[in-house]
Amino acid sequence: MSERKTWQEVELGVELPAATSLGYKTGGWRVLRPVWNASECIHCMICVGYCPDMAIPVVKSEEGVTGKGGRVFKGAVRLETNLNYCKGCGICAHECPSKCLSMVREEEAEQASCKL
Amino acid sequence: MPTLQEIALKTAGVDARIVSGHRMCAGCGIGAVIKNVLAASDKPVIVLNATGCLEVVTTIYPFTAWNTPWMHLTFENAAAVAAGVESAYKSLKRRGRIESDINILAVGGDGGTYDIGFQALSGALERKHNFMYLVYDNEGYMNTGNQRSGATPFGASTTTVPAGKFSFGKPQWRKNLVEIAAAHRIPYVGQAAVHNTLDLYKKAQKGFNADGPAVLAVLQPCTTNWSFDPALTMQYSKLAVETNFWPLYEIESGVVHINTKPSNRKPIEEFLKGQSRFKHLFRAGNEHIIAEMQKMIDDEWARLLKIEESGIQF
Repeated sequence: MSERKTWQEVELGVELPAATSLGYKTGGWRVLRPVWNASECIHCMICVGYCPDMAIPVVKSEEGVTGKGGRVFKGAVRLETNLNYCKGCGICAHECPSKCLSMVREEEAEQASCKL
Repeated sequence: MPTLQEIALKTAGVDARIVSGHRMCAGCGIGAVIKNVLAASDKPVIVLNATGCLEVVTTIYPFTAWNTPWMHLTFENAAAVAAGVESAYKSLKRRGRIESDINILAVGGDGGTYDIGFQALSGALERKHNFMYLVYDNEGYMNTGNQRSGATPFGASTTTVPAGKFSFGKPQWRKNLVEIAAAHRIPYVGQAAVHNTLDLYKKAQKGFNADGPAVLAVLQPCTTNWSFDPALTMQYSKLAVETNFWPLYEIESGVVHINTKPSNRKPIEEFLKGQSRFKHLFRAGNEHIIAEMQKMIDDEWARLLKIEESGIQF
């Protein structure tokens, strides 16, 4: 048997895998899908702050992206909603000040994306 | 001055402190509360989580949505364990075994804070441990299906005080946790709501940076048990503030400051409409209950304004 350690000598902490829920896709719950119209977006980040599922990715863009009225938005810009996790609550579409998001029934959105 | 852009960059990535894949109901605002509060700290954060919706949905075996040290606790002892963690941290720092500065965050729902965890919270505040207590208030035991708690408002029907022929729902007004916490003479107490991201973030920053205990109460409309369209979570939060049902204010070192003063106070009916727990109030013969509720809210608001104006310290 190894020598006993006093509590002052015990190593601090353990390391367990974190953020493993990324492997659990909650997108299957969705009935309505948020369809994002990038050309109407003003990248105000209101939807990102509200999204309870952290399903809206944000990147820092130096060169900028084109949004509403052809304006170029630099800095923090949002991307397409991550449909792996979006549960389709519709908060983003309801709160969007420039109305660039609309909620579409999942099967319709799926069909529209399958059309050649 | 933080901006929504800055906050968004901190909360949206897979390296944020809480990530996607948790199983909150669609439209539940707790996700928005916790991610914005966690983003407000620049130091590593240890989270002590009392039983409640947040704890249940983020850690369903074998998954965890947390990307920061996290501990599950029972309803009653989140604040007590936060006190223990803070003391252990101080001791280890004194011995030179830890160098970095950290923040300690205890989180509970209103059941675990107003009712069951109350004496542990009061004790930890009284002993002046340096931690922040966050309560997301959905006004009842929503995880178990809408039982009455100390935070349930007057007139709400719950499964334990159901409205019917002889009852109009809960006959008492809610506890004022913010003022109770302030009565412990702690450096920071805040009341925020989930729809105001910037205000919530700033209050969380103040709470984390406070030299001593801080308490932050955040209103979080429950789409499942208040029974409204999940897209309206932020709308109901907004209405709660605009009707003065849930004023946004803070008490810094005893001094009251009201953050938002609605210029045109909306009647309380606008907030009550569409919620199943209040639908009996709109039946004929129950008008006096809404009137009574309106009077309580107006009196509370007038009292709060008076306290702020007088500059009297808590």
